[in-house]
Amino acid sequence: MTETTSGAFVPPTAFAVPGRIAVNEQAAARWQQGLITEIRQETHAAATFRLKVPDWQGHLPGQHLMLRLTAPDGYVAQRHYSLASAPDGSGEIELTLDHVPGGEVSGHLHTVARVGDTVEVRGPLSGFFAWPGDRPALLLGAGSGVVPLMSMVRHHRRAGLTVPLRLIVSARTRADLIYADEYGAETEVVLTRAEGRLTARHLAPHLGAGQPDGGWEAYVCGSNGFAEHASRLLVEGGQPVDRIRIERFG
Amino acid sequence: MTAHDPVPTRGFTGRARAADRDPRLPPGQYDARDTWPVLSAEVTPRLDAADWTLRVGGLVARPRTWTWAEAHALPPSRYAGDIHCVTSWSKFGVRFGGVSLDTFLAGAGGPLPAATHVVAYAHTGYTANLPLADVTGGRAWIVWEYDGEPLPPEHGGPARLIVPHLYFWKSVKWVAGLELLDHDEPGFWEKNGYHHRGDPWREERYAGD
Repeated sequence: MTETTSGAFVPPTAFAVPGRIAVNEQAAARWQQGLITEIRQETHAAATFRLKVPDWQGHLPGQHLMLRLTAPDGYVAQRHYSLASAPDGSGEIELTLDHVPGGEVSGHLHTVARVGDTVEVRGPLSGFFAWPGDRPALLLGAGSGVVPLMSMVRHHRRAGLTVPLRLIVSARTRADLIYADEYGAETEVVLTRAEGRLTARHLAPHLGAGQPDGGWEAYVCGSNGFAEHASRLLVEGGQPVDRIRIERFG
Repeated sequence: MTAHDPVPTRGFTGRARAADRDPRLPPGQYDARDTWPVLSAEVTPRLDAADWTLRVGGLVARPRTWTWAEAHALPPSRYAGDIHCVTSWSKFGVRFGGVSLDTFLAGAGGPLPAATHVVAYAHTGYTANLPLADVTGGRAWIVWEYDGEPLPPEHGGPARLIVPHLYFWKSVKWVAGLELLDHDEPGFWEKNGYHHRGDPWREERYAGD
C-alpha cells in the first residue's frame, strides 16, 4: 500500500489492463470534414460508409471516432463509431453501423445521407481497444461488435502479419452477419438462432494448450449482454483477466 | 473546446430544435431515457459485499479502511439528479443511496493541507484522477443503492464512487479506495487520451478539449 506520494501511485488491487498505444491528442481534439464517397449495404440493418478525410492522421485497428451531425439551427448530435477499415494511408476510412430503431444519428446516415454529403469526425480516439498487430489476438464479437475486430482482421491480412489471430463472430442468422463474404480460415461463425449462443466449446480449442506462445490478448466487442457472457467464458477458460479488453455498445 | 463551429449537415434536422433542447443536457449529449448503458472496459468482477472494503489513504491525517458493515453504519446520504457519460448519453433523475465521501474523509481525519488531488481506484485496478475539490463539499458519494435497490454488479456493485458533476468514467465502479496526493496523476482513461477533469458542461471529453 502506498501511503506516501513519492513515485507514481499504484493501487493495491489487481488488473489495470494497460493501454496499447499513446494517443495523438491533436488528432483527437480536431473536428474534420468527412466526405461520403461510398455507401454499401452490408445486411438489412447495417451499412458501411466510406469517408474521405484528407487530414486523417491514421489509426490502429480497434480505435473509434466521434461523428457529429449539425442541423441548420446549430443543433448537434454526435456518437462514437468504431473504425472498420484497416489503416492504409489512403486518406479514406470506413465505418459500419447498424440502423438503430429511432436512432438520431444512425437513422440519418441510413436514410438521408448520400454520396457527396459531408459529416464531421474527430479521432482516432482511445488507445485501450487498439491492436497494433504485435501480440496474438483472440477476437470475440457479436452483431456490429465485429466492426473494430474486422479492422484487425483486415490489418492482419493487408500487412501480411504472421502473429496468430482468431475471430469468433456471432450473429442471429446468416442474413444478420456483417462482412459474411469476407471471413477466412481465421474465423468461426456462430449463428445463434440455429445453434444457440457462444459456449465454452467454441473457445476451448484456443485456450489452455491451444493458445500461442505468450498467450492471447483477447478483444471482446458487442452488446453488454454479449460482453458479459463472452468475457465470463474467457475467464472460466483460463484467460487472464488483465488480458481481456472489452468494448460495449452504449 | 473544439477547433471550429459545427458545419450544417445536408438534410439533418435532428430530434429537437436547438431552442427547445432540454436545458439539463450538456453540449453534445442526448437523453438515454430508460436505458443505462454499461461501458466498463474490463471483466465485471464478482465481488461479494462481505469482501468489499474501502480504503482512504495517502495525504489524510489517519488513513483507514472500512468494511461493508462499517461503511453502512455511517450516516446515509443520497444523490438525486443527472449523470453524463462521455460516449454522449445523459440520464436524468437517477437516485443513488450511500454515504457522502466527505464522511469518509472526515473519518480518516480529513485531508492534510498538502493534498490537492485524488486517485480513486477499483477492486479491478481501474483508476481515475480527480482534483480534491471535485470530491469534497457534498459533490461525491460512495453508493450501494440505485433506485432503492442494491447496485447491480455491471453498474459497479456492490459499491461505486459517484461524482455526478463530471463525466461518469470518473465515477469508479467497484471502488476500493481513494489515495490523496499532492499532485495530479492520470488514471486509466486519462492515460488513454481522455481529459484530466471531464466537465460535461465544458465538453471536456478528450485531452486537448
